[in-house]
Amino acid sequence: MEHIVIIGNGISGVTAARHIRKLSDKKITVVSAETDYFFSRTALMYVYMGHMKFEHTQPYENWFWKKNRIELKKGYVKQVETESKTLHFAAGDTLKYDKLIIATGSKPNKFGWPGQDLEGVMGMYHKQDLESLEKYAPNNSICKRAVIVGGGLIGIELAEMLNSRNIPVTFLVREDSFWNGVLPEGESAMINRHIKNHHIDLRLGMNLKEIKADENGKVKSIIIQETGEEIDCDVVGLTAGVSPNIDFIKDSNIETGRGVKVNRYLETNSPDVYAIGDCAEQHEGINGRRPIEAVWYTGRMMGETLAQTICGNRIQYNPGHWFNSAKFLDIEYQTYGWVFSKPRENERHFHWKHEDDTKCITVCYDKNTNAFLGINTFGIRMRHETFDRWLTEKRDVDYVMNHLPEANFDPEFYSYFEAEILSVYNKQLQIV
Amino acid sequence: MALAKPDATDISNKQKIALAIGIIGLFILTLALFNTNFPNKGLFLTLALGLITLGTIIYSRDAYLTKLEGIKNDGVWFKSVSSRGIWGWIVGVILTTFYIVLYFYPKYLGLGTNGAENTGLISLFDPLSNLLSGRPASQWFVYGTLYTVAILAFGYKFILKYRHNRYQQLRTGSVMFFQLGFAFLIPEFMYVMNNDLPYYDLKSMWPLNYYIFDEWSVKGFLSNGNIGLALIVFGILSIFVISPILTYKYGKRWYCSWVCGCGGLAETAGDAFRQLSSKKMSAWKLERWLIHTVLVFSVVMTTAMIYTYLGYSKNDFWLTRGLFIALVIGFLSIVFAGVMFFKRQELGKDAKYGAIGFFIVIAVLLIMHFTGTTNHVFYIKGSTLRAAYGLYIGSIFSGVIGTGFYPILGNRSWCRFGCPMASILGFQQRLFSKFRITTNGGQCISCGNCSNSCEMGIDVRHYAQKGENIVRSSCVGCGICSAVCPRGVLKLENDSMEGRINPTEILLGNDVDLMDLVNKK
Ligand SMILES: Cc1cc2nc3c(=O)[nH]c(=O)nc-3n(C[C@H](O)[C@H](O)[C@H](O)COP(=O)(O)OP(=O)(O)OC[C@H]3O[C@@H](n4cnc5c(N)ncnc54)[C@H](O)[C@@H]3O)c2cc1C
Ligand code: SF4
Ligand code: SF4
Repeated sequence: MEHIVIIGNGISGVTAARHIRKLSDKKITVVSAETDYFFSRTALMYVYMGHMKFEHTQPYENWFWKKNRIELKKGYVKQVETESKTLHFAAGDTLKYDKLIIATGSKPNKFGWPGQDLEGVMGMYHKQDLESLEKYAPNNSICKRAVIVGGGLIGIELAEMLNSRNIPVTFLVREDSFWNGVLPEGESAMINRHIKNHHIDLRLGMNLKEIKADENGKVKSIIIQETGEEIDCDVVGLTAGVSPNIDFIKDSNIETGRGVKVNRYLETNSPDVYAIGDCAEQHEGINGRRPIEAVWYTGRMMGETLAQTICGNRIQYNPGHWFNSAKFLDIEYQTYGWVFSKPRENERHFHWKHEDDTKCITVCYDKNTNAFLGINTFGIRMRHETFDRWLTEKRDVDYVMNHLPEANFDPEFYSYFEAEILSVYNKQLQIV
Repeated sequence: MALAKPDATDISNKQKIALAIGIIGLFILTLALFNTNFPNKGLFLTLALGLITLGTIIYSRDAYLTKLEGIKNDGVWFKSVSSRGIWGWIVGVILTTFYIVLYFYPKYLGLGTNGAENTGLISLFDPLSNLLSGRPASQWFVYGTLYTVAILAFGYKFILKYRHNRYQQLRTGSVMFFQLGFAFLIPEFMYVMNNDLPYYDLKSMWPLNYYIFDEWSVKGFLSNGNIGLALIVFGILSIFVISPILTYKYGKRWYCSWVCGCGGLAETAGDAFRQLSSKKMSAWKLERWLIHTVLVFSVVMTTAMIYTYLGYSKNDFWLTRGLFIALVIGFLSIVFAGVMFFKRQELGKDAKYGAIGFFIVIAVLLIMHFTGTTNHVFYIKGSTLRAAYGLYIGSIFSGVIGTGFYPILGNRSWCRFGCPMASILGFQQRLFSKFRITTNGGQCISCGNCSNSCEMGIDVRHYAQKGENIVRSSCVGCGICSAVCPRGVLKLENDSMEGRINPTEILLGNDVDLMDLVNKK
């Protein structure tokens, strides 16, 4: 029986395993150094905040794996030998495979800051990071202040986590407005204000210079590059992005760039070796996507796709319309299609913001053809299915604005803003 | 993971004062319980209930209004009381003891028997009872009052907690209204108008209200002319006509989380315990056996009750025993045949269990008819059967376990495992209703917030992460899963029956051809 070995029990590896099981009878082994069972990384924050216990982040009960004949092995793979198709573990044992799927995810970026490996300095990616946060920041008497470096999605989650335990937070963001490499100006500015309303000390346009240690080698303070200001703190969270977690294959025959290089079939240069999820890097981005897509959904889609290929229906990874979502403290965010932070040459943005400063949308369209290209929505839930259909049908922006109520996904009895949005939109058209 | 629990007693000074105020209120009740004879009972009762309410109000305002609107679940799994910690167990034991005393030893609450005056706790409530209906309080009046106060005070808290969510506010307002009006005040006023009428909470229908078809109850209604007749007709209509229509349009939530008193208490006072319900597959299996067994028991019990009293009194009434049994069997058969005809596919494996259950009930009813005598069904006294049901289901299950175990099993264990009403409504919701929870395409990140806060123990994530809508008989439509979802994945809605159940293999967002290929087989 063919033996499929998957390194990584995250969403991509586990999705591949589940679908291979549905489609075939192959022997499947999932390897991970992090945890015994698959858990949802996106839920780590809720464990620290006390909304859930760690076991609740596990989407499948523990019997699931045995019942579906998916073998689990805990261990760190330190080397992959493609000629003999063997994995070597840190503990010294080995495992043979017929086909190998690399799904090892990401690791937090560290940019060589002085003091970045001190005690009390951590990323927020693995379960071990959560444990370390619990150790160094259990409450606000042990951790009097925390500094977060890097204003992305994980950074703001970490800020929310610490805030839930009343630990004062200083949030250093390199950009001059939160996440404005991705979000258009109006949205980014609204989130800046929302962060400050939560009493988080947001420092825009500031970089970390160094982290200072006390006599025990534990973090004591940080210095800001721009101002030279020293901020006393007990914890430093490094959340300046992630990069593929692939150091262990750097000296194998498998081709790597920033990630594991794969073609559209998610195959590496080495026969019978595939890569999916955060760690996979396309030779070229697909339909305007980035070569490395470090989000949950793409990991899942790659897993779904690769299972087909492995089970004899070789198909390309061909994701549909882009979508994503996040939550900034209390404000939910969803996006469908493409909305860039600055309209590209042929594009125009329509922006609407509610007066309460917690809801807004940005619609991007082609200013020549009027084609609807994408929408960002904050504080109003919208229907994935509707936008996916409109994008496929290549609807124009007028159609979308007039039919916006169809896409509303807010709970029943919520106030509707579509009429107001439409009237602002119509007014704006007259001005243009 | 050995989580060092963060300082859970971390509450503000204002909240401490609020707690103290509430505890003084409770203390007055405790003193009364231990037979302190208060000079001015009306004053002290007002003080006790007022302080409890005031404490809750101050506490909630400080907890929620000092923060921005949003989900307020920080630390629920750290606090001892809401995470089966020592406080959880203490509260559980106190509540359970209270229920046991209430149901089985009301004399310890001070109930005066054989015309004696009330003493203790019950006597403290005499002034209020006299005011409302001109009679001294009973243990049920005390219970009803405390129950209503709990729903009102904690309902207020809940409304503040979800002040950004209109669905939550409206349905909480609704249960508060129905509890205060229908369950508490109206029956008292009805008594004042006509004191022969049995206690009747208009919104409580059979089989939840299992005593409505008891002999004394039916006689009580029938001997009261038109109003009595109207009430009993309303009782029959509500279960056979009104409820099916509303459930078809809105799902069982119209009852379970907008009207019902048990649901009302669970959603307000019980809110802090919703995460404690077990989401395990094994719990779901147990649930399905248990709740359907209770349903069968209650159908058989009610039929047997009516059957016995149709038997004696020469019966000048058109409804004879034989006709009655035939009607019941006929009705059940029509429902069964209809379901098998229209919904065979949807039921899958469950169809077999449904069929077995159906034939057992029919067999039992037939046996009853052919072996029953005037007083005995199944060779035991009809009233014994009724008493057993009242004891095990009506008291122990719904009260002692259902509410007393809030801090251990979660706030809806009665609704989930025992309530025969929920089981009927759920059966209909699963098969003939426009209600579902729609899953928003591929947006789920499997975080588990939804499952965690589902009081009915539904593993909502299991469906959401597959892009499937949630169509489950047990869902009471509380809407909390939708509220807490950080990605806006869930929406409770009533829409057409078509495409309501949408199993998917590959989620929205992937290759269109692949989705078609795989999902359509
Ligand atoms: C806090 C946080 C919040 C997030 N929120 C969102 C969100 O809201 N939406 C979203 O789309 N995305 C989110 N993401 C990103 C998302 O979680 C990732 O894209 C996704 O988990 C990647 O899945 P994966 O299967 O590729 O890898 P991973 O989940 O990283 O799994 C890889 C596994 O492989 C193991 N492994 C690595 N190397 C080895 C080795 N040599 N030997 C053995 N095991 C190894 C790792 O320990 C890990 O367990 C979030 C990420 C974080 C950290
Ligand atoms: S599924 Fe959602 S709406 Fe239904 S009972 Fe559970 S939490 Fe409430
Ligand atoms: S809360 Fe939302 S995102 Fe999280 S598992 Fe449930 S449906 Fe998915």
